[in-house]
Amino acid sequence: MSKLHVSTTVNGDPVEYLCDPRETLLDCLRDKLNLTGAKEGCGTGDCGACSVTVDGRLVCSCLMLGVEAEGKEIETVEGIADGDVLHPLQKKMIEYAALQCGICTPGILVAAKSLLEKNPNPTEEETRYWLAGNLCRCTGYDKIIRAVMDTAAEMREAS
Amino acid sequence: MDYHSPASFAEASALAANATGITRFLAGGTDVLVQLRSDLVTPDTLIDIKKINGVSDITRNADGSWSLGVAVTGAEMSEHPELGRDWPGVVEAMDLIGSTQVQGRATLTGNLCNGSPAADSVPAMVAAGVTVTVTGQDGTREVAVEDIPTGPGKTSLAKGEVVSAINIPARGNNGGDAYLRFIPRTEMDIAVVGVGVSLRLNGDTVTEARVSLGAVAPTVLLVEDCAQAVIGTTLDDAALDALGAAASAACNPIDDKRGTIAFRTEVAGVLAKRAAKIAYARAKGEDV
Ligand SMILES: Cc1cc2nc3c(=O)[nH]c(=O)nc-3n(C[C@H](O)[C@H](O)[C@H](O)COP(=O)(O)OP(=O)(O)OC[C@H]3O[C@@H](n4cnc5c(N)ncnc54)[C@H](O)[C@@H]3O)c2cc1C
Ligand code: FES
Ligand code: FES
Repeated sequence: MSKLHVSTTVNGDPVEYLCDPRETLLDCLRDKLNLTGAKEGCGTGDCGACSVTVDGRLVCSCLMLGVEAEGKEIETVEGIADGDVLHPLQKKMIEYAALQCGICTPGILVAAKSLLEKNPNPTEEETRYWLAGNLCRCTGYDKIIRAVMDTAAEMREAS
Repeated sequence: MDYHSPASFAEASALAANATGITRFLAGGTDVLVQLRSDLVTPDTLIDIKKINGVSDITRNADGSWSLGVAVTGAEMSEHPELGRDWPGVVEAMDLIGSTQVQGRATLTGNLCNGSPAADSVPAMVAAGVTVTVTGQDGTREVAVEDIPTGPGKTSLAKGEVVSAINIPARGNNGGDAYLRFIPRTEMDIAVVGVGVSLRLNGDTVTEARVSLGAVAPTVLLVEDCAQAVIGTTLDDAALDALGAAASAACNPIDDKRGTIAFRTEVAGVLAKRAAKIAYARAKGEDV
């Protein structure tokens, strides 16, 4: 089967690629666009390491085909920092040592950013439920949750 | 695998009717992609229905009924300001599916047509009396949700048939619905038992009831004996006990590591009572 041509926007930049219809958006981001921030932890929607947003909606890029990205706006972890300036969430994750191996971190950052855009003042319970689809085998979650809650507080003060 | 994104349901139906080998429709893909990635099902033909006009629309019709496009996601249902006020049980059932990420993609249609006996939204839709519009080569027909699944992974949809709309009836006055499931964890798990209940009251007395059980038989069940146990009562303890007993009696579950037959049968009774109490309170206008 011939490859399909896809035009989409990733982190604000128009991009194009050719893909087999079986390839996921995650495959296309990593293997065709060299955006290796999103990770494949499971490939079946369970771990959230592949989290990206599509037209502002948080999804698992392993559960979406590359061809489905046609005409969409994709945001990945690579778009979170502003050049060399880290996003407040990234700074807090470092400050709280909320990562060890780091495999889950890109997905957590994308998911947490999406939460704070929707709800700048989430409760701890809301934060834990929102991130329930982002598994971490290292940290025990507590530092991640505290980093997100503290970022939310700081961003509310700043705005 | 051939990928198609037709612009109409007629075209989608024609593509499916003329396809050879395994055909799948692609709504949110949260079942299709998992099956593809785990080498369980690799479709020869994949028909993406998301480019069809109106598939993401949630519409309240003049008579109070609702029409939902087949690609409306769980997240869009939960965010809708009025749908959940009319049908909190349907919305809460859909909202139980997967994580935030899965909610961004998963649909009622996919949950139904995947044919899992444990599909969370299906008992809630059955209790609510939801129907689907099915488009085939000879036009469209309207089918009750309980008539779609025929066994694990199987549906009554013929080759070339595609679900083209979800129709939720008008809630009307003094009605309420609820869905509860049991899972071994608090999030991200498959129902061991699911129960959907929809009631209508006249004063304190139940006048209409629909009770549906999930994950306790090869298909989701609509249990008439459960409805009869509560109709004409004020949902007093005797009625609740009769409801629980009827729910347990309807069970024909599997035995697996997630729940034994005895456990699933007992829990079905317990959840039926609890869900009925919530539906009753909602029918009374209480915010639960
Ligand atoms: C991490 C994770 C957690 C999950 N948790 C739950 C859970 O808690 N409870 C639960 O019930 N499910 C769960 N699921 C399963 C899945 O998310 C749901 O079944 C979902 O509702 C499927 O919808 P979809 O739009 O993604 O379907 P798709 O994957 O797009 O399609 C599913 C099936 O429906 C058919 N189909 C789709 N559209 C149509 C149409 N218009 N006409 C005819 N057939 C059609 C397809 O051919 C396919 O067979 C989970 C999945 C994942 C990955
Ligand atoms: S890789 Fe997508 S959820 Fe695990
Ligand atoms: S830091 Fe290792 S998985 Fe989260």
